[in-house]
Amino acid sequence: MREVYFDHAATTALDAAVLEEMLPFLGVACGNPSALHRRGRQARQAVERARHQMAAAIGAHEGEIVFTGGGSEADTLAIVGFAQALPPGHVITSAVEHPAVTQAVRFLERSSDWQVSVVPVDGTGRVDADAFAAAFRADTRLASVMLANNVVGTIQPVAELARVAHEKGALFHADAVQAVGAIPVDVTELDVDLLSLSAHKFYGPKGIGALYVRRGVTITPIIHGGGQERGLRSGTENVPGIVGMGAAAAAAVSRLPAERPRLEELRDKVIDGVLASVEGTTLLGHRRCRLPGNACFTVRFVEGESMVLRLDAEGVAASSGSACASAATEPSRVVTAMGYDAVDARGSLRLTLGKENDAADVEYFLDRFPAVVNALRAMSPLSARS
Amino acid sequence: MYGEVVMEHFEHPRNVGEVEGPDGVGEVGNPVCGDTTRITIKVRDDRLVDVKFQTYGCAAAVASSSMATEIAKGRSLAEGLALSNEMVAEALGGLPAAKMHCSNLAADGLHAAIDDYLLRTGRTRAGVESLAVPRASA
Repeated sequence: MREVYFDHAATTALDAAVLEEMLPFLGVACGNPSALHRRGRQARQAVERARHQMAAAIGAHEGEIVFTGGGSEADTLAIVGFAQALPPGHVITSAVEHPAVTQAVRFLERSSDWQVSVVPVDGTGRVDADAFAAAFRADTRLASVMLANNVVGTIQPVAELARVAHEKGALFHADAVQAVGAIPVDVTELDVDLLSLSAHKFYGPKGIGALYVRRGVTITPIIHGGGQERGLRSGTENVPGIVGMGAAAAAAVSRLPAERPRLEELRDKVIDGVLASVEGTTLLGHRRCRLPGNACFTVRFVEGESMVLRLDAEGVAASSGSACASAATEPSRVVTAMGYDAVDARGSLRLTLGKENDAADVEYFLDRFPAVVNALRAMSPLSARS
Repeated sequence: MYGEVVMEHFEHPRNVGEVEGPDGVGEVGNPVCGDTTRITIKVRDDRLVDVKFQTYGCAAAVASSSMATEIAKGRSLAEGLALSNEMVAEALGGLPAAKMHCSNLAADGLHAAIDDYLLRTGRTRAGVESLAVPRASA
C-alpha cells in the first residue's frame, strides 16, 4: 500500500544530510562544550557554528539565540522568563495560540497577579488588528501572537501587530514554530522581541528548539543550574540536537525559494480537489495568508478521529483538531474560535504537506478521500437528518 | 491507543444503517463530546430479531455501537435491557480511560430503542424484566 505522510505540521522526518552531521556528536565527539580539552572545544565549536546557522536563518545575531529543549520550552521561557523578572502586569494573546503559549499565560495568571486578555480572530483565523490595539492597557507588558497557526495554517500580520505593541510600550513574542522553514522569517522585518523555534518542524531532530531574544531584552531562566546558554538555559548542551537544528535551519532556508511555490501548488491541488469532490467541505483558514503545506477542512457530519483512522487504513497519515483525536474533551479550540460550531469543529481534518510529498501523493489522497467520507456519512445519523 | 477488537469493529462495523419499519427507535447524544447514536430495532415475540445503528463519533463510539448491536441481535428484550456499558467495553477488550464514556452511547441507545418499543406497545420495563431472568451477554 502507498504511504502518504500528510502530517508535517505534527513533525517531520529528520533530513538524511542533517543526521550525517549529527552522528559524530552522538558518538566519539562526545565532549561537553564546557570542558577545556580537545573534545570539549570541538563540541563548543559545533554548538557555536549551529548558533550562527540558526541566527542567520532568521536574520538574527548569534548572541540572540538561546537553545532550549524544544518549542514549548521556548514559549515558556519567552513568557514566564520575561514575566517573572517584572512586577505583575497585563499580557495579551490571541484565541488561536498553541497550548504552550496559552498554558504559559494561564500559569502566570494562576501563580502570580498577571492578567490576561485573549484577542479574538476572524473567520479565517486572523487576529483583528483593531481589537488587538484596543486590548492594550497602561500595564500591558507583553503580547504573544503566533506567526502561523498549527491547525489551520493562517499566517498572522505579526509585523503590524508588533508595531502596535511597541507603540503601546509593550514587547512582542511570536511563536514561529510552524513558520520557520516554511515561509521567510526575518526577526528585523517582523520587528519581534522574542521568537520561538522548534527543529523537528523543519526536518531537524526532536527535543531541540530555540528562543530568539532581541539584544537588550531581559528575560530570566526557568531552568536553573550550571549557567549554560548565557545563564538562560542551564543543563549540558544537547550538542547533537543543536548541530542538527543549525544544519536543518540552513538547509530549510536554502530550499525555501523552490520549495515554497512547489508546496503551494500541491496544497492548492488538495484544497481545490477536496472542495470539488466532497460535498459539505469547507476550507478552514485564510485562502492566501496560509502556510504553503497546510490544507485544513471541516467535513460536515463526519467526525475527525474516524476520518483520520479511515485515512490511515488507506495509508494516508493526517490529523484532526477533533477533541476525540486528542485527549481533550472540548471541541477544537482553534476552529471554534473562528466561529464554527461544535459539529464543524469535530469534523476538522488537517493535511500538511512537506518536502517528500509529490503530485502522485496528492492524486492518491484525492482518489481515496471521497470514499472515506461517504462511508462515514453513511454511518452518521446526523447526515440522514439534514 | 485502541486494541485490535476495537479497530476491527471500527473498520468493519456490523449492523450499520436502519432496520426497515423499525418497531423501536432510540437516539442518544453524549453531552461530553457531542457523539450521537441512533439504534433501530425489529422485535418478534420479545426478541430483538434485528438491530442496526448509525453513529456520529470517534472510533470508540463506532466500535461500541457495532459491538452492542452484535451482542443484542437475537437476544430477548430483557437481555437487551440488561446489556451494560461495561459489558460492551469488556467485549471490545477494553477502551482507553478517556474513551469509556463512548461505550455509554451504544447501550443507552439500545435501551432507548427498547423503551420506545415498549411505549408503542403500551408496556413497561418491569413487565418485560419479569418474563426472563437476564443472563450475562457476551
